[in-house]
Amino acid sequence: MKRTLLGLLVAAGLAATAARAADAPAAKPPLGLPPLPIPEDNLQTPEKIALGDKLFDDKRFSSTGQVACATCHDSKKAFTDSPLRTSEGIAKAGRKLTGTRNAPTVVNAAYFETMFWDGRSPSLEDQSQHPFVNPVEMGLKDHQPILKIVRSDPAYVKAFAQVFGKKGAQVTMKEVQQAIGAFERTQVAGNSPFDRYFYAGDTKALTDAQKRGFDLYVNKGRCVSCHRIEQTQALFTDNRFHNVGVGINDIQKDVPELAEAFLQAKASLAQVDVKVLGDKRTSELGRFAVTRDFEGLGAFKTPTLRNVAVTPPYMHDGSLKTLKDVVVHYNNGGVTKEGNPVNDFLSGGIRPLNLTEAEIDDLVSFMEGLTSPEYASLPSGARTEVKP
Amino acid sequence: MNPIVPSRRDFLKGAAAAAAAGVVPMSLVKLAFADPAQDFTFAYISDAHIQHISGTKFVRNWDRGLIRAVAETNLLTPKPDFVMFGGDLGQLGMKEELDHGAEMLSKLRAPLHCVMGEHDYYLDLGEYWSKLFGPQHYSFDHKGVHFVVLNSILTHDEWTYNRWPSAQERMLQMAGLDNPNGSPFMVGEKQRAWLKADLDKVGKTTPLVVFSHSPLQKLYKGWNFWTDDAEEVQALLAPFEKANVVYGHVHQIQYNQIGNISFNAVMATAWPWPYPNSYAQAQHTMPVLTVPMNRADPFFERDATGWQFIDVHTGRVALKYNLYNNTARTVAWNPATGKPEDTVFQDPAKRVPPQVHY
Repeated sequence: MKRTLLGLLVAAGLAATAARAADAPAAKPPLGLPPLPIPEDNLQTPEKIALGDKLFDDKRFSSTGQVACATCHDSKKAFTDSPLRTSEGIAKAGRKLTGTRNAPTVVNAAYFETMFWDGRSPSLEDQSQHPFVNPVEMGLKDHQPILKIVRSDPAYVKAFAQVFGKKGAQVTMKEVQQAIGAFERTQVAGNSPFDRYFYAGDTKALTDAQKRGFDLYVNKGRCVSCHRIEQTQALFTDNRFHNVGVGINDIQKDVPELAEAFLQAKASLAQVDVKVLGDKRTSELGRFAVTRDFEGLGAFKTPTLRNVAVTPPYMHDGSLKTLKDVVVHYNNGGVTKEGNPVNDFLSGGIRPLNLTEAEIDDLVSFMEGLTSPEYASLPSGARTEVKP
Repeated sequence: MNPIVPSRRDFLKGAAAAAAAGVVPMSLVKLAFADPAQDFTFAYISDAHIQHISGTKFVRNWDRGLIRAVAETNLLTPKPDFVMFGGDLGQLGMKEELDHGAEMLSKLRAPLHCVMGEHDYYLDLGEYWSKLFGPQHYSFDHKGVHFVVLNSILTHDEWTYNRWPSAQERMLQMAGLDNPNGSPFMVGEKQRAWLKADLDKVGKTTPLVVFSHSPLQKLYKGWNFWTDDAEEVQALLAPFEKANVVYGHVHQIQYNQIGNISFNAVMATAWPWPYPNSYAQAQHTMPVLTVPMNRADPFFERDATGWQFIDVHTGRVALKYNLYNNTARTVAWNPATGKPEDTVFQDPAKRVPPQVHY
């Protein structure tokens, strides 16, 4: 399942390698997705992708030897760790450490303009270096243990020589990150019932409830303003950051103190990485921790909705168990429990929707129509909680 | 917007950048104060238009705008010395609206000074507003700057007292745009006499900042972007080396220079007004609205609204605009050209073309 699209993308990568990018025939992306953006300095090759896959699965790159990238981005769980609320990293004294954020899927991450819930990383390549050295994720003190392994393990030595033409000290984290990024870039999935309905004219691909839900999605529900659908493709994200009243609602009184402390600390992005995953309250500052702008207070990246039904629980902190809970949260105007106060910094787009129970159900049904065939057999978190 | 108020040094860098092309050496940037400890900032929130629906219901969008501006103002580091509210706290001058607005403003951690807006005034002629916020015109001195607050939204007695069957009707008539039954704003003879007496006591080299709701200049009569006795008021400000007027009402960024007087408008927290068509009765010194602002995104209700914090480090006001969903902007005095200018977008090459496709 994990490698469904490998052949296709390898073909794209080979074509790009063989000819200048402008001359290369564009590989046809899955239905509903735009052409895959591939950085010029990290073209796809089958060997590089295979190497990245191996690195992605390697548990030796953690302080305990128990955690790999794939631990939290499991190919059998649509590259998440569903149904965990927040990710589990290395174990200390027999207990797995947990971060503050719900593992976002790798699937279609290749299309995102920024990585992590707060967008603190600009690319797949950059992102991949951070979890290794985060104290609650893979727990390494620095990247040296990884370099030691990839420079000495015969399989890696051979692969890095083949892919990058480098050996020994020439192999650095740059090559490691590029290989992981190349692998992650193969994990794209479209061709959902919605795609077949909207982009291929298959009027029977969606159920009546899903069609009603689509209308609500575009109109009364206001979903499409951030979870975008275009004429020819849909990423279901605007790649922007919004305060939708999750997380920050719980720390409203502390915002002045937390924000000021954070500003005075003048943290680097690497320190931000440690701080936001290690401290729940600071985590809720959201995008502000990266930009230090008011606009970012309590704001998190709009996630794609592709395959969302099979990746419960929801929101950056995994605090909402089902898709229905999510729709109810939005229907309440950015509060999970109706009548609770909304936070002062709520995004201007969030307001009560006045959806009926039936309309909420239709919207949930619509989101179940966004699952790609590769992941259609996974349990749905649309209406009922998926137990671990 | 970054909540860290630029330091005096950053500001000077900004001023130098504004005077691009090396026109002005740094040493010519004249500072108001010998002692940097005297530098301060204040925040300016305006035009909240809190609107009562019924019972405990108010228009949510306007509520959210004021709540957010207040909360963000409280995060400014270092803290502003005081906060101005620039008028139109309510929509139809009702007690419910003014009370609800005052409740939100009570969350401010800095002292508050308020300006009267026509939406606060024309129901009960400012009676309830004054109970909450005090006098309708006054002055105060702060760290070497003389501040004056005027009630600039008065009009002819005949219109105010004799024309309308009810106070509600009077309020509604004054709230309309392009309304032939409206009446031009004015400061009025009595208040001008007070202003003259107040300013007579102030040295002419003291930086002067005047707050009014309507522009103390004549921009567009149909929308009352207008003060009928603007020339008389300007004449009282003209002797000051550094006179500044900051006004609300227009819900958009405007800046202009008339003689020694710099004019700057502030944003609304409620909604944006588009620019009215230029309107000239005679040769005029209208601000050239050179920087079109991308209009509101109808989804993001805060789009094209905002608030600002202001410093008077040079004796001239420099306004930093916090614009939701848009790039923050700074309009500051440019000593090279002798007028307020946008520190980034004044250069035609750096302007953002207005959105034409929707």
